[in-house]
This record gives sequence, C-alpha cells and structure tokens, in this order.
Amino acid sequence: MKRRSFFRVVEPYLYLAPAMIFFVLFLFWPFFKTIRLSFAMTTPLGEVASNVGLSNYISIFTSQKFLNSLFVTFKYAIMTVVFSIAFGFILAIVSSEDIKGTNFFRTVFALPMAISAAAASVVFMFIFHSSMGILNKVLGTNIGWLTDPKYALIAVTLVTVWMNIGLNFIYVTAALQSVPMDLYESASLEGAGFFDKHRHITIPCISPTLFFLLIINVINAVQAYAQVKMMTQGGPANSTNVIVYEIYQEAFMNSRFGMACAESMILFAILLVLTLLQFRLEKKVTY
Amino acid sequence: MNRKVMKGIFYALNILMALIIIAPIVYCFNVSMMSLKEVFAGKFWPGQLMLENYVRAVQLAPFFTFIKNSLITSGIITIGQIITGALAAYAFSMMKFRGRNILFLVMLSTMMIPSQAIIIANYLTICDWGLKNTYTALVLPNMATAFAVFNMRQAFLQLPMEIKEAADIDGCGNFRFFYEIALPLVRPSMGALGIYTFLQSWNYYLWPLLITDTVNMRTVQIGLGMLQGAEATDFRPVMAGSMLILIPSILAFVLGQKQLISGLTSGSVKG
Repeated sequence: MKRRSFFRVVEPYLYLAPAMIFFVLFLFWPFFKTIRLSFAMTTPLGEVASNVGLSNYISIFTSQKFLNSLFVTFKYAIMTVVFSIAFGFILAIVSSEDIKGTNFFRTVFALPMAISAAAASVVFMFIFHSSMGILNKVLGTNIGWLTDPKYALIAVTLVTVWMNIGLNFIYVTAALQSVPMDLYESASLEGAGFFDKHRHITIPCISPTLFFLLIINVINAVQAYAQVKMMTQGGPANSTNVIVYEIYQEAFMNSRFGMACAESMILFAILLVLTLLQFRLEKKVTY
Repeated sequence: MNRKVMKGIFYALNILMALIIIAPIVYCFNVSMMSLKEVFAGKFWPGQLMLENYVRAVQLAPFFTFIKNSLITSGIITIGQIITGALAAYAFSMMKFRGRNILFLVMLSTMMIPSQAIIIANYLTICDWGLKNTYTALVLPNMATAFAVFNMRQAFLQLPMEIKEAADIDGCGNFRFFYEIALPLVRPSMGALGIYTFLQSWNYYLWPLLITDTVNMRTVQIGLGMLQGAEATDFRPVMAGSMLILIPSILAFVLGQKQLISGLTSGSVKG
C-alpha cells in the first residue's frame, strides 16, 4: 500500500523527466555557459583561459563590424517583415473570394513554407546570377544582385520574403475567417467598395493577428543565417553581415568564443524583448 | 461593379499570384533538365526531359548518403519530440502534483532562449563529449521543445474529463490510460506535430553545419551547399540536387497540409 502511494507521488515527475532533462542539458545549461563565456577569454578549444569582466562587451560595442551587423540586421528585419506581411495579406484576401479552385490556390500560396532556406538560396542564386540569371533578363538590367553592396541585402530579403509568404498567408487566412460576415454585408448595403471594406473592416478586425505576425517575422528575421551563408557569406563589404552570421564568424572562423558569446547575449536580449511582446499579444488576442 | 467581372478579376489575380510563387520551383526543375547551351541562352523551358544532371549531382556528392542521414535524424527528432512532448503534456494536463505551475513556467521560459544564441555553448558541449560527426550529436539538442509540449497539451485538454474520471474509477493506471486511450484519441494532433517537426528538422541548417565535418555525416541541406561549392560554374547539377531534397518536403507538406495548418493556427491567434 505504502509503495503504491509513493509511486503515485513521483509518477507525474517521471512523465516530465524526459523533456526536462533535455531542456536542462541543451537549453538552460548552455545558456549559463554562454553567459559565463561572454565574460571570459577562451582558448581556441573554447575553454576559459581568463576572466576579462566586461571587456568582451566593450570590444563588441566599439567594433565597427558588430555595430554594422546590428544595423544590417535591423534593415533586413524591417524590409522582410513589411513585405512578408503585405504579401501574406494580399494573398489571403485574393484567395478568400468565393471562386472555384480556392483549395488549389491555397496549397500553392502556403507551399513556400515547406522549402528549406538552403534550397531556396541555391535556386535564387541562379535567378540572381548577373549574366545567366533570369531576373536580369526579365528586367533588362545588368545588376550584380549578389556582388553589388547596394543590392545584396535586397536580394537576400527577396528570398526570405518568398520563404515567409506561406506562414503569413496561413495566419491571415485563419484570421479572415473570424471576421463577422454581416459587417461586410451592411457595408455593401451602404455602398462601400472593395478597398473601403478591407481598409475599414478587415484590417481593424485582424489587427491582433497582424501584430502577432509582425513579432514572429521579426524574431525569424533576427535569427536568419542560412540564406546569408549560402548566398553572400556576409559580403560584399559586410553589407549582408547579419548578427547570427557575425556570431558564426567570430566563433568558428576567428575562434574567439568569448566575443561570440557576448554577441550571442545581445542577440538574446533583442529576442527576449520581442518574445515578451509576443506573449503579451498572444494573451490579448486569444479568446 | 458587376459580380461576374469581379470574379474574373479575382481568378486572374489568383492565377497570377500562384504563378509568381511557384515560378522559382518550376524554374529549378526546368534548369535541372536543361542542356548547357539552353542555360547560356537564358531559356525558361527546357527542350527535353533528361536525367543527366541528376546523375551528375549524385556523382559529385554522395546524395543518397545525405538523404539517408537526413531521414534518420529527422525521423528520430520527430519521434523524440512527440514522445517527450506527449509525456510532459500528459502530466501537465491530466495530473495534479506539487510544483506543477512552477514547472510549467520553467517549460514556458525555454521559449525565451533562442537556439541561435546558445548554439556555441551546445557545440562546445558536444565536442567535449566527443560526439562530433555522430547521429547522436545531430539529434540530441532537438529531442524536446516547448512547442511540442504545448501542442500536445492543447490536444489533451480537448479530451472530455469524464473519460479520465471513469478510467480512474475502473482502476486503470495512468500509463495504460495514456498509452491505450489518450494517445489514440489525439492522433490527429500528433500527426500535425509530426509533420511540422519533420519539415523543420529536414530543413535544419546551422546545427548540422557546425556539428558535422565529414562528408558521410552531412545532411541534405549542407550537402547542397557542398554541391554548389563543387560546381561553381554549372548550376544544373545543383538544381537537380535541390529538386532531390525538395521532393520529400513538398510531399510531406501536400499530404499533411490540412492538419499542419489547423495545428499551427489553433490555440494561437484568432481574430
């Protein structure tokens, strides 16, 4: 009898244990390790050589390259977010009209969600190719999309937007279904046109979703890496050197793990603020 | 405006948008079928269907090894996340115990730690353990996520409480109830989570890049980059390689689309 009740007490923790063990080993512990290393100078193998206090943080904030990477990430995030949401919104509106074949169109619009950053990058690298690429052919231009510092970040943004369209489309479509139909009907009776209806009814009604998407897109953009690594390696002239790529370079090309960890902590701080915002919004919008 | 004209316009818009979105994938397929002459001429459609570039892709890099590695790691990660997620979710939704709220907050807080910010520390740990270039290293940090726990919890909470009460009265143990009754009932949610996790892990890039450096341990995404490095001037084998790794993800997406979408959007935002 006693044995049975003891089992009763520990049983729930046994169910939690597998997940918790993984969280502790590969999330919490590395998190504290990252903090620790950010205050240290490291050996090339990543062991602590000496404590250096705040000097890593001082170094990165006086490093032109790191400040530039923050600025690049900021520009990249704004461009990606604006265009991803705008496209997702337009696609959702267009495919929500009552026409045949909606299911087919919806599948196509959501499809980029399944495409990996690596594959998308490879395909777009050829599309952007300055002499053979189809983009220059179609536009009749001769732009070095990936080799000109003026255009490289735009090119990386375009790929990301294409990959993001699916997710944004799905969320806006789901949100549209909860807009009360009678609002549209009464607006029609009062003679409101297509654009009026969407401006004055749709956008206000789904604004919580749009805010949610804003945060999600920024979080994703701030963590972008594969596109940059595949397409530009941060170049030309650091014009696409986003923060995660900068961290990667510090750690794995320069073997300066301490500096890289300090930069990681800045990345963490940025994402923390954004995630907290997201949680607040989620609480607000779920009903 | 006339309703019919309106409908026509929307049809045209849908088709136009669909073409724009699908164009890169179609183009990728087309280039993978082209002769070198056609590529230099800047054609969009190939003049023939030929597998030459696929043969070349497989010769340039061990693509089947990459696919095998990706299937193994994505498979283990998917099953792992479902198991750890379902177990923890069951405790959080069906059991009462001391510290439940605090542990739930702990779980929640893992979402605050982005994987990219701790990847260096994880890399150093795995190297310390001498696990570089192993399947264990590829899957270990991804075996549990808060997302999986929350998704499964959401599913268990939908089950009527009466079933659990009846099972308790009948003396049905927790694990038996979990395994024989609760899990089969939430199978659709498990499916959605499985497809989502598989797609995600099939597409992982940074972690496999760091933790493997031998050719025979590379995954498809990294392999594609290798292929691109091996053939700087001829894009056709690279496009063929892309098609090879896109097919599984597109298949998984089309088959699981419905569940995937409802799983992603339920419980997050409405309105």
